[in-house]
Amino acid sequence: MNIEEQKEIKLKANEIRTLAIKMIYNAQSGHPGGSLSASDILSVLYFKVLNVDPKNPEWSKRDRFVMSKGHASAAYYASLALKGYFPINDLFTFRKLGSILQGHPTIHVPGVDMTTGSLGQGFSTAIGMAIAGKLDKADYNIYVLIGDGEMDEGIVWEAMINAPHNNLDNLIAILDRNKYQLDGSTENILPLGDIESKIKAFGWEVQSINGHDIEEIYNAIKISQNKNGKPKMIVANTVKGKGVSFMENTHEFHGKAPNKEQYEKAIKELETEREKILKEGST
Amino acid sequence: MMESQRVAYGETLLEIGEDEKIVVLDADLSSSTHTIMFGNKYKERFFNMGIQEQNEVGVAAGLARSGKIVFASSFAVFIVGRAYDIIRQSIAYTNLNVKIVATHAGLTVGEDGATHQMLEDIGIMSGLPNFRVIAPADAPETRKVIKKIAYMDGPFYVRLSREKVPTLLNDYEFELGKGILFKDGHDLTIISTGITLSIAVDAANDLKAKGIDAAVIHMPTLKPIDSELVSKYAKNTGKVITVEEHSIYNGLGSRVAEIIAEHGTAKLKRIGVMDQFGESGPGWALLEKYGISKENIIKKSMEIIR
Repeated sequence: MNIEEQKEIKLKANEIRTLAIKMIYNAQSGHPGGSLSASDILSVLYFKVLNVDPKNPEWSKRDRFVMSKGHASAAYYASLALKGYFPINDLFTFRKLGSILQGHPTIHVPGVDMTTGSLGQGFSTAIGMAIAGKLDKADYNIYVLIGDGEMDEGIVWEAMINAPHNNLDNLIAILDRNKYQLDGSTENILPLGDIESKIKAFGWEVQSINGHDIEEIYNAIKISQNKNGKPKMIVANTVKGKGVSFMENTHEFHGKAPNKEQYEKAIKELETEREKILKEGST
Repeated sequence: MMESQRVAYGETLLEIGEDEKIVVLDADLSSSTHTIMFGNKYKERFFNMGIQEQNEVGVAAGLARSGKIVFASSFAVFIVGRAYDIIRQSIAYTNLNVKIVATHAGLTVGEDGATHQMLEDIGIMSGLPNFRVIAPADAPETRKVIKKIAYMDGPFYVRLSREKVPTLLNDYEFELGKGILFKDGHDLTIISTGITLSIAVDAANDLKAKGIDAAVIHMPTLKPIDSELVSKYAKNTGKVITVEEHSIYNGLGSRVAEIIAEHGTAKLKRIGVMDQFGESGPGWALLEKYGISKENIIKKSMEIIR
């Protein structure tokens, strides 16, 4: 990926973060921490990787994407709107009465492949989609984004043991390893430990990357697309709340909206970041 | 003639199995649920998920989202009990095309005991929007139900039993949401769902000898229930007895009570399992012990007729 492309995707990630914060502030509810940690991954997926058509969301040959960590819906909806599935303005109905943009993603939203929110289920349904892809001898891939807190759920490990058995090399999972869950640090609440080794032991091909480095994310996905009979897991090491200083590395903003003062500070920081990205490579 | 509902289920899957959209999942009970009959012939479209009901249901949802007609089976106690949240979020809320066909429902699981005897599933599954809930009475009706729902869009829950049951409905069509008037009568109405139909019929025959003319209605669809037929017979006979191999709470009896309360007046007595767990023993003997019996129907009929 060249510098210009990287810059473009960084800008989109910055837009996703900004929109997510605006949506959550506007709704006075939502999940900023996990939205911000996933924004770079979502940006690479939607603006570089996924073979989808926003004008035809149910196109049968599209790549599938399942947002298993459905609570990061703000960043997800922002990505879909930026991709052109629905108007940006709709984002400000998020979590409001009568809105199509429910608190957690539903398949009623154009571009959403699976209803999620109850953790672990998206990962399991993605396995079903991958099996369907195999049955249909289809070329598309299934991408699924899961959270590290989500790894606590038993169904994740049921699915984990199942995918290699069915040779699902059309399945690419990305783990948003931001190290925090609602109540605190993942390593305090239920330590995942050496998660890479654990997943590898289940028969997956595992890569570990910096989940905020656009090029690393893209390259890891490219490597994962090889058809060697194995499902792929990319452990994306991220920072919870990435991009807003006071939301970083804390569980405090897992599921809490910023107040006015915090909101203004957050937007200012994201604007500064945007200007920084715009200046990149232009000296 | 005694026939098995689960064998009928397996045979029907095999019969309709040529359709490449059909995919069947099981959780290491395929030789008990008889989905293996499909699995042996259509290996590539049969997935034994191992002992993981939650992932089974999640995978079913993913397959259905990709255009497949999915049958997901296990014992009722496991697929409903263990996988409820996945059923709720990923199949009911999404309104996806998954048919959950559970076998070994109710007391007639028998010797395996209370851990394996699902008595709450009608209530649990009826509470889910988009789900239709069906409890066939015998093997021929099971065949008709499976064939029909395979080509009706959206989620279904079908409740089957382990024991062989008397064949009664060879000559009856299954229509979703419609009760079957098996025997007409004027003095009281016995409404049954699932495999207790034969017990209700036996009771009605004995009542006839006592000069009591009981109507017998079989209610295969618990949701949407045939409230019109219930109302009509509640009104005409004024006395209703419900019979089911299910908890007294949230099953057929509760639904009929709601209809009677909302649409008219009739005396009602409910026969089912009284807020308790079952135990090990032969299936039909368990039904007797827990009052789901001809004798109890007759006793309740005599009480209600007074």
